[in-house]
Amino acid sequence: MISFSNVYKRYPNGFEALKNIVFTIKQGEMVFITGHSGAGKSTLLKLIGAIERPTTGGIIVNNHNVSKLKNRAIPFLRRNLGMVFQGQKILFDRSVFDNVLLPLQICGFDHWSATGRVRAALDKVGLLGKEKALPITLSGGERQRLCIARAVVNRPSILIADEPTAYLDPDYTKDIMNMFKSFHQVGVTVLITTPDAELLESSQHRTLALSHGELVT
Amino acid sequence: MNTWLSHHWHAFFLALRRLAGTPLASLLNITVIGVAFSLPTGVYMLLGNVHNFSGQLSGAPQLSIFLKPDTDKAAIEKLESHLRQHPQIANFRFISKDKALKQLKQKSGLADAVNSLTRNPLPDAFIIDAKSVSPETLKQLRSEMLKWPDSEHVQLDSAWIERLNALLKLGQLAVLILTALLSFALIVVTFNTIRLQILTKRDEIEVSKLIGATSNFIRRPFLYFGAIQGVAGGAIAWLIVAIVINLINSELTNLAQLYAVDFHLYHISFEDSISLLLFSSWLGWAGSWLSVANHLWQIEP
Repeated sequence: MISFSNVYKRYPNGFEALKNIVFTIKQGEMVFITGHSGAGKSTLLKLIGAIERPTTGGIIVNNHNVSKLKNRAIPFLRRNLGMVFQGQKILFDRSVFDNVLLPLQICGFDHWSATGRVRAALDKVGLLGKEKALPITLSGGERQRLCIARAVVNRPSILIADEPTAYLDPDYTKDIMNMFKSFHQVGVTVLITTPDAELLESSQHRTLALSHGELVT
Repeated sequence: MNTWLSHHWHAFFLALRRLAGTPLASLLNITVIGVAFSLPTGVYMLLGNVHNFSGQLSGAPQLSIFLKPDTDKAAIEKLESHLRQHPQIANFRFISKDKALKQLKQKSGLADAVNSLTRNPLPDAFIIDAKSVSPETLKQLRSEMLKWPDSEHVQLDSAWIERLNALLKLGQLAVLILTALLSFALIVVTFNTIRLQILTKRDEIEVSKLIGATSNFIRRPFLYFGAIQGVAGGAIAWLIVAIVINLINSELTNLAQLYAVDFHLYHISFEDSISLLLFSSWLGWAGSWLSVANHLWQIEP
C-alpha cells in the first residue's frame, strides 16, 4: 500500500516539484502516473523510494512512514521495492546474469538460491539464453527487460517503473507493458509513469495525472 | 549469521576480483608497499641480531685489574686477600699470565703468531664482579683500584656494551621513525588507490545504493581490498628481508670464521612475521577506510 497525504516537495533552488499531493494506492493495484515533462512524475517515484525526501506531508509505503524514516533504514525499504529507473542504470562491465544477481547479493542470498532466482527472473523476461552476454550487446528492448528482471528478482511487493517504454518502438512497448501486467496479475502493486497518451488509452487501469506538480485527476 | 558471512565472502571475492582485474597496477602497488616496508623490517632485524650478539658476549659489567709485570706471588696473594675482604666486590677470579696466553692461543685463531713470541707479554689479571652495577659505583671502584701499588691498568669491561646499547637505542628510535613515515606512505598509497577505485566504480555504487545496499555493503569490498593489498605488501617485505638475510649470512659465516666467532643473522621470527603481516594489513585497511569515509558520501543516487 502506498499513501501520500498533503505532500509538498520543494528543491533547494526554490523549484516546487510537487504541491499538495494526496492519493492512496491499494495493495495489488496497477496505476499509471502521467503528465508533461517536468510535471513531477519522477519526483513522485523518487519520494516513494526515499531517493528524495518530502518537504512536508506524509508518505506511507508498505506500512513505513517514509517521511520520518532514518537514513540507515532506507536500504531495507528499497529492498522491498522493485525499481525500474528512467536511465536504466545498467552496469555495463557486468554480464546480464551479474546485473540481475546484484540485488540478491545485497540481500545476502547464498549462491545456489540466488542462481535459481536469477534464472527464473531472466526466464520471465525472456533473457534466459543471454545470461552471459554483456549489456552492450543487447537491444534497447532487451536492456529494458534486463532492468525489469533486476527489479523483480527479489520478489518485491511493489514495482515502480519510471517511463519504462521511453524510446522503445510500439512492439517493444507492448511487450514491456504485458510484462508489467503479468506481475500485476500475481498480486504485485505496479506503479508506472508515462507521458504516452496512447498507452493510457489502451489501458483500463487507474491513472493519476500531474500538471505543474499538482494532481489534476 | 549466514547473511553476514555471505556479505563478507562476497566482499572478499569482489576485492580479489578487483585486484586481479588490474594486475599490473596491483602488482606495482604491492611491490611499492613491500619495498617500503622491507626497509624498517630489515633494520629492525639487524638491530635485533646485534642486540642478541652483544647479549651473548657479556652479562653483568666486570672490572679487570691488570698487574704490573714484576708483581710477585706474595703480592698477588696479598691482593687476593684484600679483594676477598672488600665490601663492594661480589666475586673475583685470578687469571695468570700463562693461562691468559693459553686462552689467546685457543680462541683468537692467532696460535702461529703467539707461538713465535720469545716471551709472554701478557700480565697477570683479576676479573672482578662488583656487588653494584651502577656506573657511578663501578667508576669509583675503578679509581680506587688504580691507586693500588701493583695495579698497572684497570678496565671497566661494560663500557663498550653501554656504548653499543646506546647505539641500539638510537637505532630503535630510527626504526620507529622510519616505520611511522613509511606507514603513513602506505596509508597514502592505499588512500589514493581506493579513491581512484571509487571514482571508477561510481555507477556500481550508485546503483547498489538505489536497490538497497547499505553503506557497510558498499564499504566492505574496498576495506578488504586495502587489507589484502597491505598484507600482500607485508609478505613481499618479508620475502625481501628473507632473501637479504640469506645472502648476507652466506658471506657473514666466512667472515665470522676468520675471527673465530660463531655469528650469523637469524631470520625474522614467527611472531614478528605475523605482527608484520597484521600491521601491514591494518595499515591497508586504515588507508581504505579513510578514503571510503572521505569519498563515498559524495556519491548519492
